[in-house]
Amino acid sequence: MRRITAIALAALAALSLGGCELSHKVSGQNGYRGTGMDQVTVKKVAMAKDEVPPPPYDPPSTDGPRAKEQFQNLQVLGDESAEQLSYTMAVMTAWVAPKEGCNYCHNPNNMASDELYTKVVARRMLQMTRNINHNWQSHVAQTGVTCWTCHRGQAVPTNHWTMPPAPPSGIIGNRHGQDDPIAATGFSSLPDASLALYLTGDPKKDQNIRVQATAAHPSPADKTSVMQTENSYAVMIHVSKALGVNCTFCHNAQAFGAWPISTPKRAKAWYGIRMVRETNGQYIGSLTSAFPAYRKGPMGDPFKVSCATCHQGKNKPMGGYPMAKDYHALWGAPGNATVPATFPTPLQAPTPTQPVASAAPARGAATPQG
Amino acid sequence: MAMALLSFERKYRVRGGTLIGGDLFDFWVGPFYVGFFGVVTAIFASLGTALIFYSASQGPTWNPWLISIAPPDLKYGLALAPLKEGGFWQIITVCALVSFVSWALREVEICRKLGMGYHVPVAFGMAIFAYFTLVVIRPVLLGAWHWGFPYGIFSHLDWVSNTGYQYLHFHYNPAHMLAVSFFFTTTLALALHGALVLSAVNPPKGGEVKSPEYEDTFFRDLIGYSIGTLGIHRLGLLLALNAGFWSAVCIVISGPLWTRGWPEWWTWWLNLPIWS
Repeated sequence: MRRITAIALAALAALSLGGCELSHKVSGQNGYRGTGMDQVTVKKVAMAKDEVPPPPYDPPSTDGPRAKEQFQNLQVLGDESAEQLSYTMAVMTAWVAPKEGCNYCHNPNNMASDELYTKVVARRMLQMTRNINHNWQSHVAQTGVTCWTCHRGQAVPTNHWTMPPAPPSGIIGNRHGQDDPIAATGFSSLPDASLALYLTGDPKKDQNIRVQATAAHPSPADKTSVMQTENSYAVMIHVSKALGVNCTFCHNAQAFGAWPISTPKRAKAWYGIRMVRETNGQYIGSLTSAFPAYRKGPMGDPFKVSCATCHQGKNKPMGGYPMAKDYHALWGAPGNATVPATFPTPLQAPTPTQPVASAAPARGAATPQG
Repeated sequence: MAMALLSFERKYRVRGGTLIGGDLFDFWVGPFYVGFFGVVTAIFASLGTALIFYSASQGPTWNPWLISIAPPDLKYGLALAPLKEGGFWQIITVCALVSFVSWALREVEICRKLGMGYHVPVAFGMAIFAYFTLVVIRPVLLGAWHWGFPYGIFSHLDWVSNTGYQYLHFHYNPAHMLAVSFFFTTTLALALHGALVLSAVNPPKGGEVKSPEYEDTFFRDLIGYSIGTLGIHRLGLLLALNAGFWSAVCIVISGPLWTRGWPEWWTWWLNLPIWS
């Protein structure tokens, strides 16, 4: 009996401690003392993936002959110097397709050809990067983003999402899109596919994340229910996980919606959410016809971005290192580029889908009070 | 004497049993036993209360709901902070702990005088332990007095809310689950017990007060079991002590032993080799 008790106690102690994080912690203060707006994190060695690759060679001059004078079919980078164009092509290869090389996007016999879908995507992505660096300094400040911010040496960024498949009918085995502990919801019972309700960039689909009732009782004008708060909570947990922070990084739980008691970070995030919507709606959405089926989700939509795509667990991607400063070509005006409807190269048949209405909520139309 | 002495009270006024001070403070003021620890409690409770008022006078409001005496900023670590930047909180915390512990020791002296067990001071000790965990053990483990909670009616509620949201969803904290369950069960047991006693001792006009046999029979009819007149008090103590104990555990593990969202802690269950 005593032996059984000893074994049981030892097992219990091992299990209890096994569920703990015993390593060193670092703590931070997010709000006024006594508010409880704080964070404790485990002091970790920075992930190798978080290393920022140095420029392949010293950034070349932005003077000299323009790229469009020397190369053909330049729709975005034509006004850069020819040297900058070569430099930009070199880093894009290193950041996105280091194994595949130039031929991942280009036909080596005709570099100007748009026959590979990857080239069309890359061009649109350049415009997207410029749009973020040019028009979204409310979120990315002077730090900016590069292809590496998301791609980290891979053709497809690790953190992406697509629209969820239609729910099963009937009640047996139907979890109604929740009660399925996954990383995106912090392993809670909250709805799995909350991103699809808020971050598509389609104003007809995207709901307002804010669902807090404005009065004590429901009224015809305010039918906010607890059900809606679950989706809102789930998408906020996505933001927390993506940034490696907790709710108090932006909010004071005294009143989540009140701006005067929120931290300045919340305004950054507000712009970030709109930046993600515009990126998905206007840039990724416009490539729906370009992507082959194996680069799309079960509903035929391309892989979309979320907060996690850039942040990857850091409240500032790569610790806030301003790597974009070395890449002049990523800072120009985004401009427009054409996306062909079909591609002659033998791809897996692109599924015909209707073009996504490229419209994100107009920036500046709403203030952070809204 | 201002307060009347109950007829049976004199036999409880037993000399001796003090832990410290011998006969010096072994006397009563009205119906109240004093003792060395009663004096200490009175001094530190008064000092702490006076400091709360003085500290409030240095703050922005006299609204009793909004007065808040906050712990220091994180940067002060485990050092003393300037009075108006958390130093008041530190001194008030010391006063509170000294007076709480003294009160428990005064209870011990009374138990010794009456030849009772130490159930009452042990039970109060659990409440002190929970408070001590909150304002001393956890801050020391996290390396700063900053981690204590503020002394204010609304502000301490905000602290609880924000501290919960530091772990994304505090209801998934296993010790919090236990603590909440014990708190609710304590109140349920008290409600059942109180209702039973009131029913037994308030018979209809002309009826007789019912004996414990009736009480036992009622619960045997209702749920098939009666824990009995003494047992219900043991059960109540067990439930209440566990409520306080697991409260202390649920907060001390948050931060020192777990930093991520509490829902994520349960992945150990999902990852058991049985089905993963």
